[in-house]
Amino acid sequence: MFFSLGLPVANAADSAVLCSRGGDIPSASPAILHSAPRLLSLVLDQSSTSIFAPQGTPARSIFGLSILVLGICTVIFLTVAGLLLYTLVRFRHRRGFTQREPAQIYGSTQIELSWTVIPILIVVTLFLATARVIFVTETAAKPSNALEVIIIGHQYWWEYRYPKLGVVTANELHIPVSDPAHPIPTYLTMSSADTDHSFWVPRLAGKMDVIPNKVNTMWIDPYKPGLYLGQCAQYCGTQHAKMLIRVYADSPTDFAAWVALQQQIAAQNAEAAKGRAVFEANACVNCHTISGTAGKGTFGPNLSHLASRSTIASGAVPNNAQNLRAFIDDPAHFKPGALMPAMRLNSRDLDAVTNYLMTLH
Amino acid sequence: MATQTQVKLDPQLQSRRGPFDVIGEWVTTVDHKKIGLMYIGYALVFLAVGGVEALLIRIQLAVPNNTFVSPQVFNRLFTLHGTTMVFFVGMPILFGFGNYLVPLMIGARDMAFPRLNAFSFWISAFGGILLYCSYLSGFGLYGAGTAPDVGWFAYAPLTARVFSPGHSTDYWTLSVLISGIGSIGTALNIFATTICMRCPGMKLSRMPLLVWLYLVTAFLVFVAVSPLTAAQIMLLIDRYLGGHFFDTQAGGSAVLWMHFFWIFGHPEVYILVLPAFAFANEIIPVFSRKAIFGYPAMVSASVGIGFISLSVWAHHMFTVGMGPGPNAFFTFSTMVISVPTGIKIFNWLATLWGGNIHFTTSMKFAIAFLFQFLIAGLTGIMLSVSPFDWQLGNSYFVVAHFHYVLVGAILIMIFSAFYFWYPKMTGRMLSEKLGSWHFWLFVIGFHLTFDFMHVPGMLGMPRRIYTYEADRGWGLLNMIVSSGAVFQAVAVLIFVYNLVRSYFKGEKAGPDPWDAWTLEWSTSSPPPSYNFAAIPTVESRRPLWDRKHPEEPDEQYE
Repeated sequence: MFFSLGLPVANAADSAVLCSRGGDIPSASPAILHSAPRLLSLVLDQSSTSIFAPQGTPARSIFGLSILVLGICTVIFLTVAGLLLYTLVRFRHRRGFTQREPAQIYGSTQIELSWTVIPILIVVTLFLATARVIFVTETAAKPSNALEVIIIGHQYWWEYRYPKLGVVTANELHIPVSDPAHPIPTYLTMSSADTDHSFWVPRLAGKMDVIPNKVNTMWIDPYKPGLYLGQCAQYCGTQHAKMLIRVYADSPTDFAAWVALQQQIAAQNAEAAKGRAVFEANACVNCHTISGTAGKGTFGPNLSHLASRSTIASGAVPNNAQNLRAFIDDPAHFKPGALMPAMRLNSRDLDAVTNYLMTLH
Repeated sequence: MATQTQVKLDPQLQSRRGPFDVIGEWVTTVDHKKIGLMYIGYALVFLAVGGVEALLIRIQLAVPNNTFVSPQVFNRLFTLHGTTMVFFVGMPILFGFGNYLVPLMIGARDMAFPRLNAFSFWISAFGGILLYCSYLSGFGLYGAGTAPDVGWFAYAPLTARVFSPGHSTDYWTLSVLISGIGSIGTALNIFATTICMRCPGMKLSRMPLLVWLYLVTAFLVFVAVSPLTAAQIMLLIDRYLGGHFFDTQAGGSAVLWMHFFWIFGHPEVYILVLPAFAFANEIIPVFSRKAIFGYPAMVSASVGIGFISLSVWAHHMFTVGMGPGPNAFFTFSTMVISVPTGIKIFNWLATLWGGNIHFTTSMKFAIAFLFQFLIAGLTGIMLSVSPFDWQLGNSYFVVAHFHYVLVGAILIMIFSAFYFWYPKMTGRMLSEKLGSWHFWLFVIGFHLTFDFMHVPGMLGMPRRIYTYEADRGWGLLNMIVSSGAVFQAVAVLIFVYNLVRSYFKGEKAGPDPWDAWTLEWSTSSPPPSYNFAAIPTVESRRPLWDRKHPEEPDEQYE
C-alpha cells in the first residue's frame, strides 16, 4: 500500500516552530481502535498539514470518525473484492472446456434480500455515528472566555479582526493555545469581501467556506503551542494557490505580549521618515492602513505591524527586506495575478519605503 | 435470425461519389447510427483535447514551485479540462452509444424523432467548438488573458463581471447552455423512442437492461440539465441585463448558484455512470455465458438510483455552512444511494458466479470496472460522512474520488463497450493483442495516478492550486501521480491506433461475433440503414438465446 512511502519531511524554516506531531489517542478506547490510528498517524504524519495528525477538538473528533469509516470501508472492500477475485479464478474459462453453456440462473429473492438488508444496517450505523459528530461540532456552546476573531477573505489574502481587542492584522492568525484541561477556544466569524474562499487548517479543524453575503462560523482550539499551516480551499481566482494560512498558537503570556504590541500605534522612527513620506505620497494609502499615518485604506492588508509578521504576500515568501523590496517593485514577481499593482517607484524611493516598512514591528 | 437482405448499391454509382458527397451525406444524415458514430467521433476528438490539458496540468504539478505554466494558463487548463470532459466527452460519447444501440436493441428502425436527433447533435457539437473559440477572444479574470478560467462549476461571484470582466465567462456559459439544449433534445428522443418504438413482444419487462438504464438517464438529463440551463440564463441576465441573482456585491446569493449547479451536477454524475452500468449489464452476462442475475432487482435499483440521485446534491456543499440539520439530511440521502448501487455490484458478482468467464479485452475492462467502481463507491461513502468531508472536501482526495468514477468506472466501461460493439459498428474486430496492451498500460497508469492522488488530499492539498510549497510533503506523491498519466496517454494512443488499423485490416466480424443474445446481433455488421429487413418479434429478454436454444427458451423463467 501507498502508506509505506517515505514522504519528504517538512524542512522549511518553519519546522523549528512546528509543534510536535502525533495523535495522542485517549487511552480509554479499545485496543484495536487504539493502535490502528496510531499506526496511521505514524505513516501519514510526515506532512505539516495532515488530517491524520489532529491537534484540536474538531479535527480530533473528525479523525476518530474517519478511522471508523475507513475501517468499515476496508472490511467491505476486502470482502467484496476477495469474493470477486475468487469468482473470477474459480469460474474462468478453461481451454478444452466444451460444455455448451453453464446453467442459467435468473435470480434468488433470499440472496438479493440479504444484500439489500445488510447494507441498510451498515448505512444506519454509519449515519448515527456521523450525526453525533455533526451536532457535537456544529452546535458547541461558546464559553465565556472564548476569543472572538472575524475573518474576512480577500483576493488573495486573509484579514483578521479581533473586535474586543482592537487588533487588525493579516495572513498570520495569532490565538492562545487551548489546554484541554482549561480550554480557551477561538471562535471564528467569517465572510468574504469578494469571491468565495475557504478557511482550512487541517490539523485544527475541517474547512469552512468564506462566502460573500453570508456569515459562517467555526471554532478551533489548538492543544499545543506552535505554528499550524493551511491554505484557501475554494478556488477564488488567479492566485488561489498562494493564499496561505498561518495560525500561531501562543502560550497565554506570548499571546498577551503579541496583543499588546499589535494594539500600539505603528512605530514612528525618525530615520525612516523618508520612507513614510514615500508611503503617504503614493497610491499605497488608498489600499493600506498604517496607524498614525495618512494610510487608511482597507482594500489591502493592514501594514501597521508588518515587520512583526514572518511572511509577506499571504505566506508566499519570508518577510525580509529583499523580498519586500521585490514585492513592492512588482508583486507579480512572487504572485502573478495579485491585485496590488507594480508601484513603479524609483530605486531610491523603493529602498526608503522598504526600510520604513521594516521598522514597523 | 432476421433476414439479412441489404440493397447493394451499383458499384459504379458508388465509385462516382466524391469526398464532398460523403461529407454531405454525413452532415445531412438523420440515421441514428450515423449520428451515434458522429457523437462518438466528436467525443473522441475532445477526449484527446481534454487529455492533453490533463497532461499539461500534471507536468505543472509534478514538482513543487514549478513554473512550467503560469497560474493564468493553469486556471484555464483545469477549467477547460473539466468542462470538456463532462460536457463534450462524457455526455456525447454516452449519447453516441445510446443513439446507436437503443433503436437496434428494441428492434426499431430509427429514433422517434430523427431530425431532432440530428439537430441535437449539431447544436451540441457547436457548443464544444464555441467553448474553444474563447481562445481567440474574450478576457477572463483580471489580467488573466483568454479562455474561461472560473473552474468547471464556475462558482458565483467569480463569474460576475466585476471579477471576470472580459468575455471568456460568456463563452463558457453560452457553450454549456447550447450543449444543454442538445442534451435535452437527445434525452427527449431516447425517452420517446424507448416508450413508443419497441418491437412487438418487447414489453417494458423484457427490455434489455441497457435500454432501461438509458431510459433512466434520459429522465435524469431532462430533470437535471433544465436547472443548469436556467442558471446559465440567470447568469447572463446578471452579466448583461443588470440582474442580481448571483451578484453578491448587490445583495445576490453565491449559495444560490451552488444549489442550481449541484442540483444539476450530482444527477450529472449518474447521467454519466448509468450508461456505464448499462454497458456492464450487457457485457458481463455475455462473457460469463449466463443471464443477468436478478433482472427485476437491477431495474428497480436503476430506477431507485435515478430518483435518489435527485436528493443528494448538497453533499457538494457540506462546507458552505448549511447547519447541522441539512448536513445530516444530505449525509443520510447520500449514504442511502449506496444501497441500490451495492445491489448492482452484488448482482454482477452473482452473474459471474457459476459462469464460464471469457477474458476478452472487453471483459477485462468490465472486470477492472467492477473493482474500480467498488473503490470509488467506498471513497464516496467516506465523503458522504459530512465531518470527514469538512476535511476532504475540495482536496485532492475528492479529485481522486471523482476521477475514480469518471475514469476508473465510466471511461474504462466505455473502452469495454468499444471492444464489444466496434464489430457491430464497423463489421471488423478490434485487435485483441493491441487491446491487451491498451488494457494493461491503462490500468497500470490509472492506478499509479488515481490511487496515489488520494494521499495528498489527506495531507491537506486543496484542488485547483497551480503550485504548492515544497515543505508540505506532497512532492513525491505528485510525481508518482504525474508519471501514471504517461502510461495512460500511451495506452490511449494504442487504442486510437487499434481503432484506425482494425477498420481497414481487422478480422471480419460477421453479425454475431460474441454469440450474444440481444437484437442488435441479429442484423448484419454494420447494420443496413433500415436496421432490420423485417421488424423482429420477441418472446423474452434474450431473443437470440431463444433462437439458439429453442429447447430451453428464456420466457419460462421470467
